[in-house]
Amino acid sequence: MKILVPVKRVIDPYVNIRVKSDQTGVETDNVKMSMNPFCEIAVEEAIRLKEAGKAEEIIAISIGDQKCQETIRTALAMGADRGIHVLTEEVLEPLALAKILAKIYEEEKPGLVVMGKQAIDGDNNQTGQMFAALTDLPQGTFASKIDIEGEQALVTREVDGGLQTIKINMPAVVTTDLRLNEPRYASLPNIMKAKKKPIDQKAPEDFGVDVSPRLKVLKVVEPPKRQAGIKVDSVSELVEKLKNEAGVI
Amino acid sequence: MTTLFYTEHANGQLNDQSLKAISGAKEFGDELHILIAGSNIDEAVNQASKIEGVSKVIHLDNSEFDNILAEKLTSAIFDISSDYNFFASAATTTGKNVMPRLAAKLDVSQISEIIGVESPDTFIRTIYAGNAIATVQSSDIKKVLTIRPTAFQMSVGGNTSCEVEKISPENIPSVSEFVKEELTKSDRPELTSAKIIVSGGRGMQNGENFKLLDKVAAKLNAAVGASRAAVDAGFVPNDYQVGQTGKVVAPELYIAVGISGAIQHLAGMKDSKVIVAINKDEEAPIFDVADYGLVADLFQVLPELEEAL
Ligand SMILES: Cc1cc2nc3c(=O)[nH]c(=O)nc-3n(C[C@H](O)[C@H](O)[C@H](O)COP(=O)(O)OP(=O)(O)OC[C@H]3O[C@@H](n4cnc5c(N)ncnc54)[C@H](O)[C@@H]3O)c2cc1C
Ligand SMILES: Nc1ncnc2c1ncn2[C@@H]1O[C@H](COP(=O)(O)O)[C@@H](O)[C@H]1O
Repeated sequence: MKILVPVKRVIDPYVNIRVKSDQTGVETDNVKMSMNPFCEIAVEEAIRLKEAGKAEEIIAISIGDQKCQETIRTALAMGADRGIHVLTEEVLEPLALAKILAKIYEEEKPGLVVMGKQAIDGDNNQTGQMFAALTDLPQGTFASKIDIEGEQALVTREVDGGLQTIKINMPAVVTTDLRLNEPRYASLPNIMKAKKKPIDQKAPEDFGVDVSPRLKVLKVVEPPKRQAGIKVDSVSELVEKLKNEAGVI
Repeated sequence: MTTLFYTEHANGQLNDQSLKAISGAKEFGDELHILIAGSNIDEAVNQASKIEGVSKVIHLDNSEFDNILAEKLTSAIFDISSDYNFFASAATTTGKNVMPRLAAKLDVSQISEIIGVESPDTFIRTIYAGNAIATVQSSDIKKVLTIRPTAFQMSVGGNTSCEVEKISPENIPSVSEFVKEELTKSDRPELTSAKIIVSGGRGMQNGENFKLLDKVAAKLNAAVGASRAAVDAGFVPNDYQVGQTGKVVAPELYIAVGISGAIQHLAGMKDSKVIVAINKDEEAPIFDVADYGLVADLFQVLPELEEAL
């Protein structure tokens, strides 16, 4: 079985975000970038399935500018076998991404597609579900456990009330939640080896799908700042303030 | 311009998150229909039919929907989609699972977790863990949205019921199957509905120590939440997680105990009305958003607090 893992390059989760003063977006120049953490979890899960003998080949895909090559290299250094880079300077919407991924799916015919539940820049949480719709595959979203049993996958999902387990036919789409695994760091020898692994370069036009935007960002602004309040010296002072000043207890 | 809002329910009651999100959905078009799914749910259907501003309830009356699977529900909504301009649900795990699948079937972009409606085609949402707020205009003819419940008021019920139409779709796909659910049992109110939340972080050290929080929560009739670090360490179940990639809450009072205040945590609670931080590190970023900060050891503070309440 082949596993496809789409990975996104995003601003590192621990970087302070700065909104551009012209309100067109967020500053990305000279900002540390990383693989989206949920995508790291997806790559890790694919590698574990391969290590368990359930998969033969892992293909990491990234759609975006030239620098996405680095993100694919990171996936290759972790243990993916080859990469596909769809080069575009546009920031595509999840629907357009899903359309491109659906075409790659048709070509590659994987048994499983593992992706992140959410990219931490746009916070969309859509691409996996959209891809599943376009390919008519079942979806196991927000997974904290995946067990492959023959032609089916048992997926434990993190839901609002706790955990839910579903059984889905394969091929299937799984999106990862935080507790699925802890991604490994790539070792130096593996980083060196990854440099020799192949990355196929494509363009959105190669897929013959409509990737035109449906949404227009009119403006991006900073959220209202919350003012820091006061420090209290004791529990009794805290309780007094909450009762008499804030009136919340 | 008609909106179809998918509402969740459990134990004969509409879900509070849905009831809040419905208020957002009222701002889209001129007419609002509610979709509710499941068998033997008359009580919840009746409640839905009385919500002010709702002109019709569509009840997907079929036991196939007693547990919601995205493949089945999107197929059923798609069947009736020609009647609607807007499709929405609360940004719950169910809404997030189902709505993007529907959007792609309809060939439209989804707008996730909106916090405001500027006009019927322009919406406001947060990006980058709430560190930026985007105003987004959609050119799609049909629009699919999820709505962040904390941004809207709870919908109220009136005395009169609207029309209820029962439908039972054919050809429900069977590529997925519900196996089981392990719901977290708690005597405490639900996190997203509670007026007061007491949350613990890595500083709690272990799951056993969360009993100290439980005792304070019991005095305040509060829900108990947690940071990702506390969930990852196994102190509490996953559904306690507050934050960018967990639950978004906005109670009257949020008490953060042994939580440092990482941006991903703040994303889930900084719209709370009053924030209290209890942390032994006076430099902890949580104090930057706290109305009342107490620099102290939580193991000393929690028993005192329980006593004082
Ligand atoms: C992709 C991604 C998604 C994430 N999503 C979320 C999310 O949804 N929600 C979330 O919360 N985090 C999330 N995080 C994690 C986030 O970045 C932080 O790591 C996490 O919030 C830290 O949890 P914490 O504050 O409990 O732990 P720490 O940062 O370790 O803080 C513990 C605090 O406890 C204090 N403390 C320790 N002992 C005591 C004591 N005895 N008395 C008083 N104070 C004490 C310490 O001073 C410290 O400030 C996410 C991270 C990533 C990368
Ligand atoms: N540009 C991209 N290239 C490859 N995969 C992507 C891209 N954007 C999103 N994805 C995948 O879709 C997941 C969810 O992203 P989103 O729907 O944007 O929250 C990510 O974790 C990735 O697995």
